[in-house]
Amino acid sequence: MQAILPYVINGISVGGQYALIAIGYTLVYGILRLINFAHGDVFMVAGLVMVYATTALPMYVALPLVLIVTVILGFTIERVAYKPLRTAPRMSVMISAIGVSYLIQNLAFYITGGVPQPVTNPIPWISENVTIFGESTKRVTLVTPVLTIVLVFALVYLINHTKIGMAMRAAAKDFETAQLMGIKINAVISMTFVIGSFLAAVGAMLYFTNYPSVAITSGGMPGLKAFVAAVFGGIGSIPGAVVGAFIIGLCEEIIKGLGYTTFSDAFTFALLIVVLCVKPTGLFGEKVTDKV
Amino acid sequence: MKKLSAFLLSLVMVAGLLAGCGGGDKSATSDSSAPADSAASANKVVKIGVFEPQTGDNGAGGKQEILGMQYANYVQPTVEIGGETYDVQLEIVDNRTSAENGPSAAAELVNRGVSVVLGSYGSGVSMAGGAIFEEAGIPAIGVTCTNPQVTADCSVYYRICFLDPFQGTVLANYAYNELGVTTAYVLGMLGSDYDQGLVYYFTEAFEALGGTVVAESFPEGTANFVSYINNAKSAGAGVIFAPVSINYAQLIVEAADAQGFDGALLGSDTWDSNKVIESAKGKNISAYVTTFYQEGGNPEFDTGIKEWINANADAKTNNGGNDMIAAVTAMGYDAYFTALEALKAAGSTDPKAVLEALPGVSYEGVSGLIEFDDIGDAVRDSAFIKTANTETGAWDFVKVQSVE
Repeated sequence: MQAILPYVINGISVGGQYALIAIGYTLVYGILRLINFAHGDVFMVAGLVMVYATTALPMYVALPLVLIVTVILGFTIERVAYKPLRTAPRMSVMISAIGVSYLIQNLAFYITGGVPQPVTNPIPWISENVTIFGESTKRVTLVTPVLTIVLVFALVYLINHTKIGMAMRAAAKDFETAQLMGIKINAVISMTFVIGSFLAAVGAMLYFTNYPSVAITSGGMPGLKAFVAAVFGGIGSIPGAVVGAFIIGLCEEIIKGLGYTTFSDAFTFALLIVVLCVKPTGLFGEKVTDKV
Repeated sequence: MKKLSAFLLSLVMVAGLLAGCGGGDKSATSDSSAPADSAASANKVVKIGVFEPQTGDNGAGGKQEILGMQYANYVQPTVEIGGETYDVQLEIVDNRTSAENGPSAAAELVNRGVSVVLGSYGSGVSMAGGAIFEEAGIPAIGVTCTNPQVTADCSVYYRICFLDPFQGTVLANYAYNELGVTTAYVLGMLGSDYDQGLVYYFTEAFEALGGTVVAESFPEGTANFVSYINNAKSAGAGVIFAPVSINYAQLIVEAADAQGFDGALLGSDTWDSNKVIESAKGKNISAYVTTFYQEGGNPEFDTGIKEWINANADAKTNNGGNDMIAAVTAMGYDAYFTALEALKAAGSTDPKAVLEALPGVSYEGVSGLIEFDDIGDAVRDSAFIKTANTETGAWDFVKVQSVE
């Protein structure tokens, strides 16, 4: 038991990070039926902004700035690259998303010079070491899952009990009809991108506190795995994305703990194929009411 | 209207493309601006190719290696070849760390008509480029690529640093004899020639001494090393030997600290970087690395290059924002002068003549005497071992270790 504990703690933490990204995928998919491939790169940009902001500014200015910049980025991407294509075939939007993803990566390449940027000023308190059940770890490892759960509850509340949430649910159910009913569809879509980017920014802060180096490809792997988590849980479903993310995070770390380090990534993608073959709707995909 | 806007858009794109090319040309000429200034004397120009990564996982190390060459070029911008004074022009290309990009970067150098090539940081990409240089008959001087196959499989590749079998053995000896460790955990990146080569030689030497080795690999792009450290702990390892890129070294240092690993971290020459020591500063870890040069080994060189780095904002950025001297920088400096010696001995800028002259070159550099054996490897029998001082954030010299 003692031996497996550090892997479980770490797995839950990794799962929390994936969950924060996965919600962004699933929200956007719920409304636009679009896999936003640029989402992983938004996550990476949040990390980069954190590196630069925390070196130049005091922490209480830097962290809100990271959130604001990331949210603006997510909003802008939607307005510039997706909104003009609203009536175009869905495939065009998807290709546009891939284009945005590479554009962001290459811009980051230009700014960073292609060299991974170390996080020299990590966020205090959560980057400190603590001992839990005799195992040493960073405090962020424990904070991540808790913060993730809190944010998910806040989000679910927002969706179920507020006006904008109701509009989002309506748009997810039937795009055109919602429009006819007087819902400002563009505002709703922008809102989903804002929420998704906000959560990605929070995820980036936690992730790059734990693994303090931001490369231009840093968004790739977490982004892909979060996407797998969203599909696994049933894309379009928020609880599904969260549960899927925690399961994937845990499995990955436990596989590493069993000594099959080489296969931990392969497992995640094998899982994607199996889920798509056996239960294409994912764990929670069938309940239409969950969809946002 | 739509057609018009599409047409305008494509015009803008073409213009952008042209502007991009223009920018490229400009930077290419600015590389050579230093010798161009003195070209008022209308000297002939000899081109030395610099085959180094400036982006990707090894970007930071490659940039530091280039710094040494640029400083050497600043100190000694001309060379006497066959009774004539030539201006030396550095032709720098970016091989982007990875073996797939190596051949095209190497071909670029061949096209630019270089007489001799320096580099690369990273063994995998050196091997990939070596094939192109061999075809073109251009000699290459490896600066810090330590994998034996770089020179063994390539007739034009020479190198001025020690090799991985040597480095792996030094570290294995040090861990077993000096640190008194019997179980070692070894970690390398999948598909990296450099990492896996060192893993192999370390394992071989450590097991020959009577120790036990647990080896694991991680896929490229890994950021989370927590579980690997936990595996090392549960294996009861006294040391973690991780001959990995600077980027991963930083993450491993971080994870070892977070997981409270109380053994030592062992690093290869890649670890000797101010980026790694910055990560280690203030952490509760101990780290030992083998390297080519120790700051203080040649005070004159140290002062000179520090002055140059501090006076040059770009150089300082490329060095990671401070004036600490990485061993690879010193090696880059020595490689440049070794190349000049070869050019002098050849008495010609023809790559074939340089290739013939290279085996006979003997040069006393800041990192020690440089001579080549039959395969083209440097004759070196000792390495510096340094340890990370986590309080001051500097590498402290431990000892010079050689292998019988």
